[in-house]
Amino acid sequence: MSVIQVNGLSKHFGALKAVDQLDFSVTEGEVFGFLGQNGSGKSTTIRMLLSLIHPTSGSIELFGKPLNKYRDEILEEVGAIIERPDLYPYLTAKEHLQLFAKLRNKHVGENSIQDTLVKVGLADRSKDKVQTFSLGMKQRLGIAIALLHNPSLIILDEPTNGLDPQGISDIRNLIKQLAQQEGKTVLVSSHLLSEIEQMATQIMIIHKGKKVADGPIQKLLDPNKMIVHIKTTNDAQTLQIILSGSFSNYLLQRTDGIYLRLPDYEIPLLNASLVNAGVGLIGVETRNSLEDYFLQVTSNTIA
Amino acid sequence: MKAIISIELYKIFRRPRTYIAFGAIAALIMVIQLGLKMDGHSYASFLMKDINDTLTVDGKVLNGYLICYILLQLLLVHVPLLVALIAADMISGEANLGTLRLLFTTPYSRTQLVMGKFIAASIYTIVLLIWLAFLALFVSMWIFGTDDLFLLKSNYVVLIQEKDVLWRYVGAFVFASFALLTVTSLGFLMSSIANNSIGPIVGTMSAIVFFTILSTLNIPLFAAIKPYLFTTHMNNWKEFFDIKVNENNEAIYGTILNVAKIKTSIIVLTLHIILFVTASVIITKRKDILS
Repeated sequence: MSVIQVNGLSKHFGALKAVDQLDFSVTEGEVFGFLGQNGSGKSTTIRMLLSLIHPTSGSIELFGKPLNKYRDEILEEVGAIIERPDLYPYLTAKEHLQLFAKLRNKHVGENSIQDTLVKVGLADRSKDKVQTFSLGMKQRLGIAIALLHNPSLIILDEPTNGLDPQGISDIRNLIKQLAQQEGKTVLVSSHLLSEIEQMATQIMIIHKGKKVADGPIQKLLDPNKMIVHIKTTNDAQTLQIILSGSFSNYLLQRTDGIYLRLPDYEIPLLNASLVNAGVGLIGVETRNSLEDYFLQVTSNTIA
Repeated sequence: MKAIISIELYKIFRRPRTYIAFGAIAALIMVIQLGLKMDGHSYASFLMKDINDTLTVDGKVLNGYLICYILLQLLLVHVPLLVALIAADMISGEANLGTLRLLFTTPYSRTQLVMGKFIAASIYTIVLLIWLAFLALFVSMWIFGTDDLFLLKSNYVVLIQEKDVLWRYVGAFVFASFALLTVTSLGFLMSSIANNSIGPIVGTMSAIVFFTILSTLNIPLFAAIKPYLFTTHMNNWKEFFDIKVNENNEAIYGTILNVAKIKTSIIVLTLHIILFVTASVIITKRKDILS
């Protein structure tokens, strides 16, 4: 079942097309990684999913219902943090949770509040005012507010902002646990691509408001299409060998070295060709990370 | 809606800024009361100097009722500025803080959230007015005692019997609540337009000053619009202290000279409140939350 179904979604701010004809869906129980460079339209999309920004065109359905008609009913089942963890500086962590618990139609008792504070690691600071919190602690409290009412869909925009390595690991494990053990659907955007790689089952990359890639992360990071950087004793001769043979189709247009996108079984064959031509191989660096894939689809550096 | 109102009130009364207005009113009233207690007779003599030759006034002129009237004349002009501190910050303050997006992703419609905020701001305004009434009227009655209310108008004097005064103050404070709620709704409208705290507060204060000047200027060009300006009507609480007289020029107990004027003012102020709040709801509903 699709928890999120977006069709032809666009948002224009004057002449600027912040989001342009976006289509995607998120299935129940999935951790959906939402990626894009700064200004690519991620936050605008997330805000449209939360009814904070009115779309210029297109449709959004959450839980199979159109958001524009069933907004209040839908948002009862959604928990979210959007960009920065902005909170009331004069209230304590516990008061924040009590306040937002009241704004939910579901009953959220004191035990749930305490459990949520424990879950995000803020139990011992529950009575402290937010103005004394670090950015990481505010981020944890923001996540607590999002989880407080036990929503089915959790939307987290940059949830690891300001967190230390331990905090990042805690949040990653929490997100995995929410999806795997509690069956929650999580849409998460982050600049930390390695984090998304570790927790997401599906990803979507947008660039200048348009979708440039989406699908299961294993499929996108196909081991048969690794990026290979080769260092040899004679780069000019190496290039000649590559261009004259079957490897020419794999060559990537880069000026900072020789890069190829080729299946892993071709690497020994390339090595043999170079050795036979008397070119010494200094090193072969293979890369197949989400970061490489992201850079490939969002920039012209790697074609 | 009840939940939204209680949360908004909770937030208002947890903010230190809220108490600036209560403190400012208390300080101003106490300073004036202290001054009049110490040297009130000189002040009363100064007021009466022009009519001492034609009138002999017995009893306690400088009583709690007159002090309250003096205080209201001085303060009801400034209280709107204190009201604006909170009302003009209700939506824009949250936009500035970034909490508006948290609030607008709860399962309440924007109309409900805006109305809840307006009602909470209105309750704050009423509480502030009750605080003003308590200090200006009841504390003055306690300090200065009570007697007939003797008022000097521009070209006549009004003498209201002691037992005929208190209900007029009740009426005046109820009227003042309409005037201050108009300011609350104006501040609220400004707040729905901006994304920072200072702009709407300054904007509300500027609008009040601007329209007050238009209301008081006797220039024919503005005469046509003056009856429709809220500032023209805000000071009409004083009408409760103008009394009808009989053919012997004696005050008629329990009467108000110009009830129609009060009614008109309340209608104009109420229409302004409805207009400002409706505009706030429409603007907020259409707004993209980008903060």
